[in-house]
Amino acid sequence: MTAREDQDELEAQFAQWRQYVQRRRELLPSDADELEDHLRGSVDELVAAGLSPDEAFLVAVKRMGSLDELSREFAREHSERLWKQLVLTGETGSPVADTRSRRDLWAMVICAAGAVASVKAPALFGLSFEDDSSFYARNFTLFALPWLAAFLAWRRQARRPLIGILVALFALGAVAANAYPLADKSQSVVVTSIHLPIALWLVVGLAYVADDWRSPRRRMDFIRFTGEWFIYFVLMALGGGVLSAFLFNTFKAIGIVPEGFISHWLLPCGATAAVVVAGWLVEAKQSVVENIAPVLTRLFTPLFTAALLAFLVAVVWTSHGIDVEREALILFDLLLVVVLGLLLYSLSARDPLAPPGLFDKLQLALVVSALAIDVLVLLEIAGRITDEYGSTPNRAAALGENVILLVNLAWSAWLLLTFIRRRTPFAALERWQTGYLPVYAAWAWIVVLVFPPLFSYA
Amino acid sequence: MRSVKVAKDLVAASATPMVLGILAEDASYGYAILRRINELSGGELDWTEGLLYPLLHRLERLGYVESSWQSVTGERRRKYYRITEKGLAELAEQRRQWDTVVDALKEIWLGLGDRGPLTAIPLEGGA
Repeated sequence: MTAREDQDELEAQFAQWRQYVQRRRELLPSDADELEDHLRGSVDELVAAGLSPDEAFLVAVKRMGSLDELSREFAREHSERLWKQLVLTGETGSPVADTRSRRDLWAMVICAAGAVASVKAPALFGLSFEDDSSFYARNFTLFALPWLAAFLAWRRQARRPLIGILVALFALGAVAANAYPLADKSQSVVVTSIHLPIALWLVVGLAYVADDWRSPRRRMDFIRFTGEWFIYFVLMALGGGVLSAFLFNTFKAIGIVPEGFISHWLLPCGATAAVVVAGWLVEAKQSVVENIAPVLTRLFTPLFTAALLAFLVAVVWTSHGIDVEREALILFDLLLVVVLGLLLYSLSARDPLAPPGLFDKLQLALVVSALAIDVLVLLEIAGRITDEYGSTPNRAAALGENVILLVNLAWSAWLLLTFIRRRTPFAALERWQTGYLPVYAAWAWIVVLVFPPLFSYA
Repeated sequence: MRSVKVAKDLVAASATPMVLGILAEDASYGYAILRRINELSGGELDWTEGLLYPLLHRLERLGYVESSWQSVTGERRRKYYRITEKGLAELAEQRRQWDTVVDALKEIWLGLGDRGPLTAIPLEGGA
């Protein structure tokens, strides 16, 4: 009986040892098998020599030496294991995960094909990129984003009511983009083309947080998803640019100019497919690769802070008012967006329980200097908006955005300050940002749906 | 007999021909290879697992050995290594190199032996 117990205990010890081994990235499960066989050989021999299983195990483990040493030696031979590689389909060792990732791949291919088909479908009805550029400008996100939302909803097995809402919202977007009698050169077309993507992206967000759309954690995940998606998309766009350049120049060398193919097929099809592929990549690589957006924010937060402070100092030093040209408001809106992005992506990567540190103070400085600049700009504009140009869709939209961002950043600055002074927990800041997402959505929809009639389709 | 501690560099340099040589006798697995080395050196060569397994994986990558999994008892699996044609050629090459080195060393040891003061180095076993 005791022999039996001894054996059980020995097995438990082996299991525990295996766990330690498997935590090492340098050691694969097959290495663990091999080393375990070695350890068992050693134990068997020691037991045969008269030791108890317990003692034999201890001695055998001791002989093998420290796992640190062992993994270092393995890493020298298998240095590639320190780099995490993207596994497109499976080979993770577990058959369940393998089938799942293969199904994901197929769903992605189908959705990307759908997106490509939708971008080319209008051409069947005689709408060409050259003559109907305004149609494509208004609708380009409507070709790709529904498919990305479909992929995400499929992946999360969204329930029927949610799918209904998603379909309804995309239909509403299509109506907003096409139902109003907007002239091709009107400001409203431009305003709609800018705001519809924002509105629709947040619909994609709804698909993303399908399982629990109220949860701030899930919304934060969507913010992370957005950052990573954007980076993958930009990387693919760069790759696509290189591909087009090679295609164009090599074919040109043999007297064929593939300009039509590139601008009518490669570019639109590639861009819409990339929207879905980027979403799939983020989902597939979520746990494999370190999130890159927070890394970039870490790099650029100090640089942006320095640039904004330098600008403020220069304004005070020269006592030169900010010259507000027609487009200046948009520029400063973009500045606020960048600052908000820097804030959001550092929040997304921060350990909520860590105490306030130097970086938080740096962020406060960034946000406060952005606010100061924006207040200067608003003061400058307040005098003009009423008299010079009157209110136009462009101006009203830009001003609305400015107010929304200003409110967000002002309250963020306050929360950051109280967090640094240890009055509020970090979670308050996170909740404020995730809770603010519907505000952006509401504003984007208002601009898209209400502005054109409000400004009599100007 | 005084125990000899073989320097780490020398152990590393001789590791490949030793493993290939053992595998040339017959296919084997990690633990048995380690036992065999221990036996051959009279317990003087102290190899670690951190030396042996990465080396076996490297030899496999270079195509000198090939491996296969065989089940032993219960769920226990054992990875057997077998030498390949390429491995045999490499072994022959390494052997030529080692013969050269060993021959040269022997000449030197013998030469020193004639001279006198260093006769304390016994060539074989006890004096």
